[in-house]
Amino acid sequence: MTEAVLPPPGDAVQAQRRLWSRFLRRPLGVTALAVFLFVVLVGLFAPLLAPHDPNLVDLGLTQAPPSSEHWMGGDSAGRDIFSRLLYGARTTVYGAAVACLVGVGLGVPAGVAAGYFGGITDRICSWISDGVQSVPGMIVLLIVAAGTGADFTVLMVTVGAFMAPGYYRISRSRALAVRKEPYVDAARVAGLTHTRILHAHMFRAVRAPVIIQSALTAGIAMGMQTGLQFLGVGTASTPDWGQMMNDGFRTMGTHPLILLWPSVALGVTIAALAFMGSTLADLVSVRTEPVPRRRRGARPADETTARTGELAHTVERSVLRIENLRVAYATAHGDKQVVRGVCLDVAPGEVLGIVGESGSGKSQTMFSALDLLPADGRATCDGIWVGGQAVGDLPRAKRHALLGTRIGYVPQEPMSNLDPCYTIGHQLVEPLRAVHGLTKAQARDRAREVLLQVGITDPDRVLASYPHQVSGGMAQRVLIAGAVAGKPDLLVADEPTTALDVTVQAEVLELLRELQQEYRMALVIVTHNFGVVADICDRVAVMKDGRIIESGTVERIFAAPADPYTAELIRASQDDTESRDDLDAAWNETEAEAGRKVHT
Amino acid sequence: MRTEGASEQTESVSAKAEDASENTEKASMEAKRAPMNTERAPMTTERESMTTEREPMTTERESMKSASRDGAPLLEVDDVVVDYRRGRSTFRALKGVSMTIGAGECVGLVGESGSGKSTLGKAVLGLAEVTSGTIRFAGQDITHLKGAARRRLAADLQVVFQDPYGSLDPTMTVGQILAEPLTATGTSRADARTTVAEMLDHVRLPADTVTRYPSEFSGGQRQRVAIARALVRRPRLIVCDEPVSALDLTTQAAVIDLFIDIQRETGVSYLFVSHDLGVVRRICHRVSVMYQGECVETGPNETVTRNPEHPYTQRLLLASPVADPVRQAERRRSWLQLRAPAASPVA
Repeated sequence: MTEAVLPPPGDAVQAQRRLWSRFLRRPLGVTALAVFLFVVLVGLFAPLLAPHDPNLVDLGLTQAPPSSEHWMGGDSAGRDIFSRLLYGARTTVYGAAVACLVGVGLGVPAGVAAGYFGGITDRICSWISDGVQSVPGMIVLLIVAAGTGADFTVLMVTVGAFMAPGYYRISRSRALAVRKEPYVDAARVAGLTHTRILHAHMFRAVRAPVIIQSALTAGIAMGMQTGLQFLGVGTASTPDWGQMMNDGFRTMGTHPLILLWPSVALGVTIAALAFMGSTLADLVSVRTEPVPRRRRGARPADETTARTGELAHTVERSVLRIENLRVAYATAHGDKQVVRGVCLDVAPGEVLGIVGESGSGKSQTMFSALDLLPADGRATCDGIWVGGQAVGDLPRAKRHALLGTRIGYVPQEPMSNLDPCYTIGHQLVEPLRAVHGLTKAQARDRAREVLLQVGITDPDRVLASYPHQVSGGMAQRVLIAGAVAGKPDLLVADEPTTALDVTVQAEVLELLRELQQEYRMALVIVTHNFGVVADICDRVAVMKDGRIIESGTVERIFAAPADPYTAELIRASQDDTESRDDLDAAWNETEAEAGRKVHT
Repeated sequence: MRTEGASEQTESVSAKAEDASENTEKASMEAKRAPMNTERAPMTTERESMTTEREPMTTERESMKSASRDGAPLLEVDDVVVDYRRGRSTFRALKGVSMTIGAGECVGLVGESGSGKSTLGKAVLGLAEVTSGTIRFAGQDITHLKGAARRRLAADLQVVFQDPYGSLDPTMTVGQILAEPLTATGTSRADARTTVAEMLDHVRLPADTVTRYPSEFSGGQRQRVAIARALVRRPRLIVCDEPVSALDLTTQAAVIDLFIDIQRETGVSYLFVSHDLGVVRRICHRVSVMYQGECVETGPNETVTRNPEHPYTQRLLLASPVADPVRQAERRRSWLQLRAPAASPVA
């Protein structure tokens, strides 16, 4: 049972590098975290750290410049600015913590419940959330301040309540998404109560976005808090940054330093929180590590790969010819080779099948030929010829023009390859005008013609439809129509039937066969299914781990597969295997035999 | 194999459990599990007698579960209708479907997308609301079971989904995922750990799998984890909703053989939903073919997958290409003939 063999633990540890250690590898994140922790510690230990009593008035210190005794000088009331700044950090951190806790406490449970239960729970919670958001926060805060005698904690609880809708929204949308995951259904079927599912799956899923939101919310809360204090809301006995800024603001013209210190402290703290949040958000949304820049431009470490596969035709006689193709993807751990030295060609009117399992490199091979590789993938080869012309040396625009006119492409997922915003007519007509230079009327006639050809009986209705209005089988016909509309010499179909029902699959294969014979096109079918190969192909190349391990005519491959892997793939086509009755009969026999041995 | 006394005892235990408070429920569950943990060894040596009569796991086990009449099927679906509401209109996904599954039996449900085959699986699991008709499990009407009663059923009725990526919580280790259904119902952590290790062994995964996360595994391995999760509570029926469709062909073969081995080792029944007649042929004893919300043909595997009677099944069979150029050419000719009179604008 080779399939159950696990990768060595070393790889696994790398693959599952926890969020935390990945965070610590980002210099920006670490710096921001260090600054924020520094502010928190300063706030906590302010009484120990402060060299002077923050409220002690020394008239000699009034608006004094910095000195060795008083590092930041004195404010307009004659108090030590440095000590007040340290105590102010304490107030600021406390206030932000209260606001965040209240926001999380109100917003997250409501959001998760709304997303998970939906219905009336969702509606009521959303009304309340919208209501809170429509109230002007600053005015309410001033009213609360007036009503409670400017109790700082009550004020920050109020700020937290205004932060709750933010938490509510992200928790709700996350819970809605997770609610649809099969593992939640599985948990329900496993007999878990709602409480347990909420606890085990839902709250776990919202954890990361809530932490990110908290970094931002804490920054906003600090801003609001300082703003209130600046306006004079707050207790005079405990120093805070807002008061200090107010003081500095009044003497800004003459003593700008008094304003500068608290402003810098607040700015740096909020910036640290913002950077922490954005770094975390980056890490959560992108699970892969960034590719080190120096590796991107470097030549791939060309493994000494032997050429694999065979070339059956001369350059002149082949519609497509690929020699010694290598494809590599840049990753954090160096280049990953996905195609290693592939050679193949196809003659006019010939049908070539490229067969392999996922990860064999079969799609990557065709992507490279069509110049469709994603940005982090790179193909190198000894040569690619289209219709006897080497395309490797052509400038990009010319190459694309050549590929666009000579090769048609049918993708795997019909639905995701049609733009939902445009009608099918638009998507068929535009390429004909742009690539083949037809007029609008000509292009429309041609589109109608090919739709009829692919078996669509009412082309005008289909041309006017949007992709969501047709079925998957119909969408695949449309894409095939689009691919053959330009009368290409070669049609490349990448798993054209995998996403379709069996009966539709047979229709699409039949259609491809008819079109291929009618246009005398060459056809390359990329597939994992040997049944499809048996149905339509003339020649076949079997791929595994980026190499062609065997190629030849269909008759030869099926009659006498040279490679054991080919034989295994053919055998694995389930349609032809023993039935359960056969298996049970054989099994009963061996068991009975074993039983006799035991008894005798 | 069951004695008169045992079935009487069953009646009383299950009756108690019916109106039971949390405590008795837990107690009955522990009682049920206690003998089973020690049962695995004799179970495998006595395979022979087990499979020839196709009896579920053991007699003790059977007696502890709620009563099922002798000879009565484990699952009976009778004339079930399911409507989906889409805005103001309703869509009838199942139009009166009936079927049965016996103990230790695997019944296949084949059809195209939209045929209602997955909906029937969901209705059995309580994930889709049944409009009319009844579903009986071990003699008990479970059509509209909700809340605690439905949760109690979870010990007997489990699921394996199609998507090996979405069906495992990415934030939990495999150990946590497998232990969850057990600890949630009051099994101690130590017992849960033993069971989890045993189930990993069942699905041929190494024991150190428990500390890993789902993202570390390939599709086939994840599906093995999903199967182990379905097995941990030792159910009597597992609904398999396209469990191999997302896997590579060679992996499919290995996972199907695993399903078969587990059935032989534990006597569990499968409701096996698939669009692939070849897969169904290999694993199922009997096959039902669904078309547009109706069951058009039901019969023994060999008949349905080789000589089907209903024209739709014939078309389905001829449409899937066989990995042999000569026979496929023949099959395509028959398919074209069958298609010719219809000549409909397909899809």
